[in-house]
Amino acid sequence: MNVDETELPGFGVRKDFMTKSGRRIGVVTHRDGETELIISAWDDPDTCQASIPLTGDEASALGNLLGSQRIVMQLTEEHKEVPGIVTRQFNILPESPYRDQPMGRAAIRTRTSVSIVAIMREGEVIPSPGPDAILHAGDLLVAVGTQEGLDAAAKILRNG
Amino acid sequence: MNPVALTLIELGAVIFVLGFLARLAGRISMSPIPLYLIGGLVFGAGGIVDLGGVREFSHLAGEIGVILLLLLLGLEYTAKELFTGLRRSWQAGVVDAVLNFIPGAAVALLLGWGALGAIVMGGVTYISSSGIVAKVITDLGRLGNRETPTILSILVFEDLAMAIYLPILTAMLAGVSWFGGLQTVGISLAVITVVLVMALRYGHHVSKAVHSENSEVFLLNVMGLALLVAGLASAMQVSAAVGAFMLGIAISGTTAHLASRLLEPLRDLFAAIFFVAFGLNTDPASIPPVLGWALLLAVVTAVTKIVTGWWAAARAGVAVPGRARAGTSLIARGEFSIVIAGLAVTSGAVAGELAALATAYVLIMAVLGPLAARFTEPAVKALRGRYSRQKAPAPVA
Repeated sequence: MNVDETELPGFGVRKDFMTKSGRRIGVVTHRDGETELIISAWDDPDTCQASIPLTGDEASALGNLLGSQRIVMQLTEEHKEVPGIVTRQFNILPESPYRDQPMGRAAIRTRTSVSIVAIMREGEVIPSPGPDAILHAGDLLVAVGTQEGLDAAAKILRNG
Repeated sequence: MNPVALTLIELGAVIFVLGFLARLAGRISMSPIPLYLIGGLVFGAGGIVDLGGVREFSHLAGEIGVILLLLLLGLEYTAKELFTGLRRSWQAGVVDAVLNFIPGAAVALLLGWGALGAIVMGGVTYISSSGIVAKVITDLGRLGNRETPTILSILVFEDLAMAIYLPILTAMLAGVSWFGGLQTVGISLAVITVVLVMALRYGHHVSKAVHSENSEVFLLNVMGLALLVAGLASAMQVSAAVGAFMLGIAISGTTAHLASRLLEPLRDLFAAIFFVAFGLNTDPASIPPVLGWALLLAVVTAVTKIVTGWWAAARAGVAVPGRARAGTSLIARGEFSIVIAGLAVTSGAVAGELAALATAYVLIMAVLGPLAARFTEPAVKALRGRYSRQKAPAPVA
């Protein structure tokens, strides 16, 4: 993917690219760390139809959503042949009992036979996390298992 | 009443009225600069009320205002951005300078203000207001637009051009000989190069030297250093404002960011006083005779800025609506035109009507610029709509 990086003297940096559908999409990072999501107008790729200021949390949440979607799709595709296997995403909420704890403490694999295959954090993927991977609020876990196992795992992550 | 009390009351009243004007400007989302100028005209010599007592204070405060304006402008840029901006936009920058300097200079010559007056008025019509343009871009949500880097790099070029222009102007206004003038230009070019290279290599040292966790210490450090550098530059005939601009460039990173946040309120105060002081020294009665010239200059230099922006944006591969936006965004003139005119007027080396013409011109352009930028989009759409309707083949039924 070819991402254009353009300096905006006095403001910050714009990073954007052209989508297949002909829209320009990207972010403007301000000098003071603020991020703005920009999307070009449909009739004029030079103009922005929307420029949406995002807080740090919102930006990383959006990054996780976009990043994890691809992984989930890939996994679903791979497991299509195996009936009964489902891929699902879990959000670590601020009030989760396993927040800031190593993932092994939740013992999800032992208790539900569900595998956590990736953690999405701030737009980055941590593949096959080990039991000592620390869970943070806002993390998105990509899990593979049976329908029942995943329901149980969700409950564990929420309530302990 | 003792004179101090009187001055305090007058100053308080002036600043209070400025506050009201700034609020009014914010309400209708326009730049407060024209209102400040009008405020100065009303309070000044030949105005409705003559406040003589504040003139002494406002003169020095105005000088500090100019230093702070340029210091904060320098703080906004990093040396790296200046270099890339310069590389990307020097052709557009040269076109901009030529097209927009000539009208002002020509009018000054027509009015018989001589070469010096021509150089001053050329500067006044040349330089766009980075403050107003930046505000227009953010207010209209155009930061992510494709023409925006083009606009910003033209502004960068203009600001750097100021760093060469102001010392030349200062030297000429001081009546330095040709040789002396060349010397000052040499000195200022050398200083600019050294500062830019130093800022690029050792900028963090300068930043570290002034930085402090304690905001009081930090403020005093930056302010003290700025005045010191400005004073030294002025003593070397290089123009105080340029010294402050260079210091701003040398300070970089988080320090620059913190410094500009800390100094912003001070700049707003002193710059407001600067604009008022400029208005104070202009006789409102001298404006009507030059109003026709101001309008003519406004129309011509609005067109030349549009041509500049259009051409530069076209070179950057931007389509027609974006070119129009780039052109109209650059129309606004403001703080720096007044800085230039102010330098000339204080030196007493130019005709008095120059202040009147510059005031009238900036009053028009500071209002016209943002309006033009705002209504470009609908205007282009309407024009294109009509055009494409004419071109569309007639329905076959």
